Amino acid sequence: MEKTVNQKAWFLVLPVLLLVAFSAVIPLMTVVNYSVQDTFGNNQFFWAGLEWFSEMLESDRMWNALGRQLMFSGIILAIEVPLGIFVALNMPKSGVWSSLCLVLMSLPLLIPWNVVGTIWQIFGRVDIGLLGYTLDALGIDYNYTQDTLAAWITIIVMDVWHWTSLVALLAFAGLKSIPDAYYQAAKIDQASRWKVFRYIELPKMTGVLMIAILLRFMDSFMIYTEPFVVTGGGPGNATTLLSIDLVKMALGQFDLGPAAAFSLMYFLVILLISWVFYTVMTTLDKRES
Amino acid sequence: MAKITLDNLAHSYLPNPASEDDFALKELNHDWEDGAAYALLGSSGCGKSTLLNIISGLLHPSQGRILFDGQDVTHAPTAERNIAQVFQFPVVYDTMTVRDNLAFPLRNRGRDEAYVAERVQEIARMIGMEDMLSRKARGLTADAKQKISLGRGMVRKDVNALLFDEPLTVIDPHMKWELRTQLKKLHHDFGHTMIYVTHDQTEALTFADKVVVMYDGRVVQIGTPEELFERPEHTFVGYFIGSPGMNVIPARVDGDTAYIDGSGVKLAGGYAPLDGKVEIGVRPEFARLSQTEGLPVRVHRVEDIGRHKIIRAEVLGHDINILADEDEHVSTDMNRVTFDASRVNVYANDWRVAPKGEAA
Repeated sequence: MEKTVNQKAWFLVLPVLLLVAFSAVIPLMTVVNYSVQDTFGNNQFFWAGLEWFSEMLESDRMWNALGRQLMFSGIILAIEVPLGIFVALNMPKSGVWSSLCLVLMSLPLLIPWNVVGTIWQIFGRVDIGLLGYTLDALGIDYNYTQDTLAAWITIIVMDVWHWTSLVALLAFAGLKSIPDAYYQAAKIDQASRWKVFRYIELPKMTGVLMIAILLRFMDSFMIYTEPFVVTGGGPGNATTLLSIDLVKMALGQFDLGPAAAFSLMYFLVILLISWVFYTVMTTLDKRES
Repeated sequence: MAKITLDNLAHSYLPNPASEDDFALKELNHDWEDGAAYALLGSSGCGKSTLLNIISGLLHPSQGRILFDGQDVTHAPTAERNIAQVFQFPVVYDTMTVRDNLAFPLRNRGRDEAYVAERVQEIARMIGMEDMLSRKARGLTADAKQKISLGRGMVRKDVNALLFDEPLTVIDPHMKWELRTQLKKLHHDFGHTMIYVTHDQTEALTFADKVVVMYDGRVVQIGTPEELFERPEHTFVGYFIGSPGMNVIPARVDGDTAYIDGSGVKLAGGYAPLDGKVEIGVRPEFARLSQTEGLPVRVHRVEDIGRHKIIRAEVLGHDINILADEDEHVSTDMNRVTFDASRVNVYANDWRVAPKGEAA
């Protein structure tokens, strides 16, 4: 049978194309536009080629921010993933308590970023915050506005508080999908608790844990609001993560060209890492089936 | 290997069982003889898995005791009972190789590596997976995985009993037969006490020396396949075993004759007067169509299933099945049915009543 040719069908996808164009393509292109031009005001632009890109790649500023960013993402992953698994393993598996746990754990996830930042900003203040005041009263020198270590600890604990639940909930879903027979067989095989975790629970959680790690990595890599509200990137540049630095550059200093080059590279890095994760996950899936 | 004794055993999943209906497993006394192969047969939800899990210690009974060779193990954990169990769905450790899977129960019990290697090799030969030992268990077919589960169950020589919980459900039909034969051979070679749970009568009858039939949380009959076929102690056994199952027809019994709506059927022996719901049971194999004698019958249809024919019919308003040999002639003027008197069983309130003079 011959295929019916009807080019009118293209019109049906037109609305989506328009939507995507206005929401993604055109804004992105303006950034591309800025990244290859220079301006001295008056809305006059000059061709600058790849100058901004090479300038950004040679500047310490971006590399330092990237270093801090990687450290931040690395630390929160190293804490949130094991902690989330630990919480999931110790949650009641069924009944009222299980539901209650699920609700309580979902609460931090429902709080807007800005509010989380504000909560911890106040919580940690030495003059009026419960945490800051208590630590101060105990004679511990804690001041996140002046001390780099205190600032880092604060934003990390804040992120752990906000997002560990997500890992725990995903891990819990993975655990719940393990049939009882596996645990019974392990009992009969006299497997220790550690072996049950290592050979039954962990392999069955691999899929959801990959998703959890991907989500947490991407989210933390792009984090802006929470640390900005708490520390504003300080003291000095100590907690200036990539997004914070980018906003400072683009809106604070109005260096549109370098900022545009910076955002494009930032975007590409995220795209690259997502692609790596996606590839790893799909090959894992294939191996499983 | 051990003799397993169930003493006044019962189990309810409810915390405070009030009536007998609350019990998933009703009171039960039974000895599983050392080295015998048993099949636990019953429809889904009749309590057979409950019983199995109580024996293996995955479940603690609400009442009663379990003894292994006279020793009370009711409260002993699974590991101490030294039991092997194979589940309905294959349980393999995906990330391990086939070899490590088989070695797992031995290593967990701290056996030395030389012994482990030797046993694994032996078991691999038994289940026919010698050339797959170094493969990861992930991605194997269901029957290969189930073979590994079987192998893990058998790798320990000193197990008290091997329990199977419908282990062939997910296996292809031709593999089923092969695995079952292998199990039978293993039982023959090593003499483990084996308990095999199934709802498939063919599996039960071919595997076991003795079949334990369960119905509604109760053991209704324990016997050899022949006994179950010839003298079902309960109408459920008659109906559940055999294909099609036994015909059960309400009747009134007077001496050595049963009356179905007034028409007499000869019985093998005399019966004392019976109370309650009285029925006679006759297997389709022992009913015959006839032109001249017996009860009036209306044939609905004849199903030719190859080796024999199943005749679906109606006697005095009761549906019955009749089995005829393949070459037996069935004609339209056959409107009577006769029963083999020595094969007619009498039931009062679903339980078989022995005729006078039969040894109980």
